[in-house]
Amino acid sequence: MSIRTFSVWRGDRNGGRFVEYPVEVEEGMVVLDAIHQIQRTQAQDLACRWNCKAAKCGSCGAEVNGRPRLMCKTRLDALPAGEMVRIQPLKTFPVIRDLVTDVSWNYQINKKIPPFAPRPGASWVMRQQDVNRVQEFRKCIECFLCQNVCHVLREHERKSEFYGPRFFVRIASLQMHPLDSLDRRPLLKNEAGLGLCNITKCCTEVCPEDIHITDNAIIPLKERVVDRYYDPVQILLRKIRGAKVKNAPGE
Amino acid sequence: MAQAGSVLERNGLGATARRDAWWLQPLLVFLGLTAFGVYAIWAAWQGNDYLYHAQGAYYLSPFYSPDLHVLFGIQPPFSFAFLILWIPLGFRATCYYYRKAYYRSYFLDPPACAVGEPKGRCYRGEKAFPFILQNIHRYFFYLATLLLLSLWYDAVRSFFFRDPAGQLHFGVGVGSLVLLFNVLTLSAFTLGCNSLRHLVGGRLDCFSCSAATRTRYKLWSGVSLLNLKHAPWAWISLFAVGFADLYVRLCAMGVWHDVRIF
Amino acid sequence: MRAAIECSALGAKTALICKSLLGKAHTVMAEGGVAAALAHVDAQDSWRTHFQDTLFGGKYLNNWRMAELHAREAPERVRELERWGAVFDRTPDGKILQRAFGGHTYRRLAHVGDRTGLELIRTLQDKGVHQGIDVFMECTITKLLQDDERVCGAFGYWRETGRFVVYRAKAVVLATGGIGKCYKITSNSWESTGDGHALGYEAGAELVDMEFVQFHPTGMVWPPGVMGLLVTEAVRGEGGILRNNQGERFMEKYDPKRMELSTRDVVARAIYTEVKEGRGSPHGGCFLDISHRKAPYVRQKLPSMYHQFKELADVDITKEPMEVGPTGHYIMGGIKVDADTGASGVPGLYAAGECTGGVNGANRLGGNSLSDLLVFGRRAGAGAAEYASRAAPPRIDPTQVENAAGEMLGFFERPGAEDPYKLHVDLQNTMQNLAGIFREEKDLTVAMARLEDLQQRAAHVGVVEGQRMYNPGWHLCRDLHNMLICSQAIVRAALLRKESRGAHSRLDFPKYDAYWGEHNIVIKKEPGGMKVQARPVVKVAELIPLVEEKKAKETK
Repeated sequence: MSIRTFSVWRGDRNGGRFVEYPVEVEEGMVVLDAIHQIQRTQAQDLACRWNCKAAKCGSCGAEVNGRPRLMCKTRLDALPAGEMVRIQPLKTFPVIRDLVTDVSWNYQINKKIPPFAPRPGASWVMRQQDVNRVQEFRKCIECFLCQNVCHVLREHERKSEFYGPRFFVRIASLQMHPLDSLDRRPLLKNEAGLGLCNITKCCTEVCPEDIHITDNAIIPLKERVVDRYYDPVQILLRKIRGAKVKNAPGE
Repeated sequence: MAQAGSVLERNGLGATARRDAWWLQPLLVFLGLTAFGVYAIWAAWQGNDYLYHAQGAYYLSPFYSPDLHVLFGIQPPFSFAFLILWIPLGFRATCYYYRKAYYRSYFLDPPACAVGEPKGRCYRGEKAFPFILQNIHRYFFYLATLLLLSLWYDAVRSFFFRDPAGQLHFGVGVGSLVLLFNVLTLSAFTLGCNSLRHLVGGRLDCFSCSAATRTRYKLWSGVSLLNLKHAPWAWISLFAVGFADLYVRLCAMGVWHDVRIF
Repeated sequence: MRAAIECSALGAKTALICKSLLGKAHTVMAEGGVAAALAHVDAQDSWRTHFQDTLFGGKYLNNWRMAELHAREAPERVRELERWGAVFDRTPDGKILQRAFGGHTYRRLAHVGDRTGLELIRTLQDKGVHQGIDVFMECTITKLLQDDERVCGAFGYWRETGRFVVYRAKAVVLATGGIGKCYKITSNSWESTGDGHALGYEAGAELVDMEFVQFHPTGMVWPPGVMGLLVTEAVRGEGGILRNNQGERFMEKYDPKRMELSTRDVVARAIYTEVKEGRGSPHGGCFLDISHRKAPYVRQKLPSMYHQFKELADVDITKEPMEVGPTGHYIMGGIKVDADTGASGVPGLYAAGECTGGVNGANRLGGNSLSDLLVFGRRAGAGAAEYASRAAPPRIDPTQVENAAGEMLGFFERPGAEDPYKLHVDLQNTMQNLAGIFREEKDLTVAMARLEDLQQRAAHVGVVEGQRMYNPGWHLCRDLHNMLICSQAIVRAALLRKESRGAHSRLDFPKYDAYWGEHNIVIKKEPGGMKVQARPVVKVAELIPLVEEKKAKETK
């Protein structure tokens, strides 16, 4: 057993500072264990969200040594030994208190996305190969680390015109659903601000569920938007055929 | 809302609580791309030494393929390589991987994850000119595929050597292997393209709905597999194409002697 | 959540109050699947078999009507989820795939890899939000407000600000999950403090079957931070073998017929016994080994287990055995409700899910909890909406609100107060050591005495530091109150049931008892304190042949 120092950001929307706490470290401990120990023994009012402790609920996101992580999944022995561990709340969202931030914006965005709309008369027969893509997106635990790290939100503060990676994943899960009947490309191009994404892939880097956010959700969606809005040949073909905009399930 | 962030961290370029060497990767990418760019411009500028045909060999530099001069008699006042190179340049410049690479290392937008950017810029992403043009990536893909066919022709051709009597014989030189390696890596890069992945199958919502879509599912799975390693292929093929040009050039200049293996 | 959807679908103005953020509830931890006799994989399956399995698992103490409704309606609820956008794993011909699980005769669990609970919660969340339910997040209810007997609203606080809030409602549905945090080693999250059980009890509702606490046989035992974290039953389903430190496959001694796939209570007791007799693993568990299976197969079938051990314990389960031990998992008991409407005995109060008792009897089968909350969530929602449509406007009594607020503020006015974290640890140790897997008269009596002592101390807990804004220490002060009620209910009921049945094992009464096989234990708040009494099991005449058939088959 050894002692390590944790520097935890304490404060609220009016400001705050880093406070150092010595913590007795056992083998196999994760950052969240250390936070709990601090709560039990040194700072009972240290605010922090957590639920499952198993990287399945996505509540305990914070920035550990500057990197957005789930605290329950960050082992202390994976951090540089001998150094202080610095923990601060997610930067992109307004601080409520200590490590807790106000993520309600995300829930408002989710409400704006048209939900699953099954094709009338659907047979509900779907093959595994058809749902694999959608299932990857549905692994999302809504920890919002991707929203936090995305520079469009973090640096450029475009919450009013950009839905963020989490919700591109959500839209992808609907748009690629074999039985869904809606076309969300106008939404993507306009309100959701897909074009603001410059695919620099930080969302994929931080995803604790290993969802290939950029390659499997955002880029395919960008290509689908190209189909409808930017590919002159396809636009022409549609005009000639007088075809509907939405691709049929088998094209 | 916004001031909550500033409580935590000063903004501006390089502002971060990260302690690892986050700057290393963008720096390496910057150096790699810049070095290649400088070499490529220089090599294209030369307008000569792109074909090695001593000892019956026929090695054509990929920068100069197809040989517009021989095939179509085109002879612009500048090196005809420039008539070709805009295609791979456009293909790579609009490639989803390279976009990430240069947005990060040239535009610092962002320089690395959770690292601050220069302040006071108006960010428009790919929503407005010029980057909205990235959306035509698939057309560059079509063109790049044509070039790829030409490179395949060159690679195969490099395995045939003309004897003094004018007959072609199969043979293997180091140059043949260099050109083959070049075209193989370029194929792996090109066929892993995100646009291709979309076009062959990604645009479908149902893969199992008909015989045609089932075939496309297989194609899509194949492209997806290559696409997983799109970034490494991008670098390997970039190196390979530069090296192939250099190899042919050195041979043609007589600095280096190609070795026949077989 | 399912209740809220039904309520709002029936036109009632509905609010959903969550203790955490929306979609974070403990259901995300349910991995294996949702049990429903869809008969996609095994065509012989039917609701009758599911009903029989559930009763056999619950040792015939279940509320028969609930078990019947559950088995009958689960398939439709699963199909409904699919129509709302859930994407289950598929059979080769494109239907919902089902997997085998302990205690189920046929392959019955519709699943999505090993993250079925997340799929379910996300589907309901999106359905609910788009149906226009008002969601109030991070709000803890501490008191149900009553007009005479009838529930007419609720009092609570916002975690964020610490401010108080009063909801006026014609009907309230409780769906607060379990009591896991009463125990030291548990798979449950901080939320599982028995809030619904306690709120219902205090409002005058009856609790039933509280002695039955399910210990999942396989939780992680190391590292300490993840102690209790669930290791899905699917590991054993895929062929995992349990061994002690001598390398013996000890289940041969305890259940040679079913081996590792015996019911949860049997396996949990077996592991516990091995450890107690000195044949445990270094960290006080036993070894669960799946490494004889090919590595790619393990990674494909148990992806989240593979990652969980790799990342948290540095164990590669394709090569090494896991260390596992029993962990507090689920309480079968809870608020006694009407099977058809979810109505508790208190007018205007409804309940669904883990905080109710009845459907599971003495022991729950894996996969029955997700189907339980779908079936009875819907029924409770409908029941509440129906009641609300004919109920008079609710009247809030200001004195009750003042008292509730006073209770919460009281925690700030205790200089030199008792530390809530210490008290919590003491409570957990008491329950873990004295009312855990094996119970006996003398332990339970000691536990009772300690609980009374803790109750005294709880009157003095207070906030040591900090203000009302997002103060976990303050929140724990109040949660302790609920945990104490639940703990007392568990211990009292356990004392009364002088037999071993299902999840309840008495060392001093190791056999079934005929009388107790026909009776549930019901707990109610009376002016003099907690009243505990036995009451006959609720049976359904038409179902007797089915039950007799199962009994005959199992005794053969």
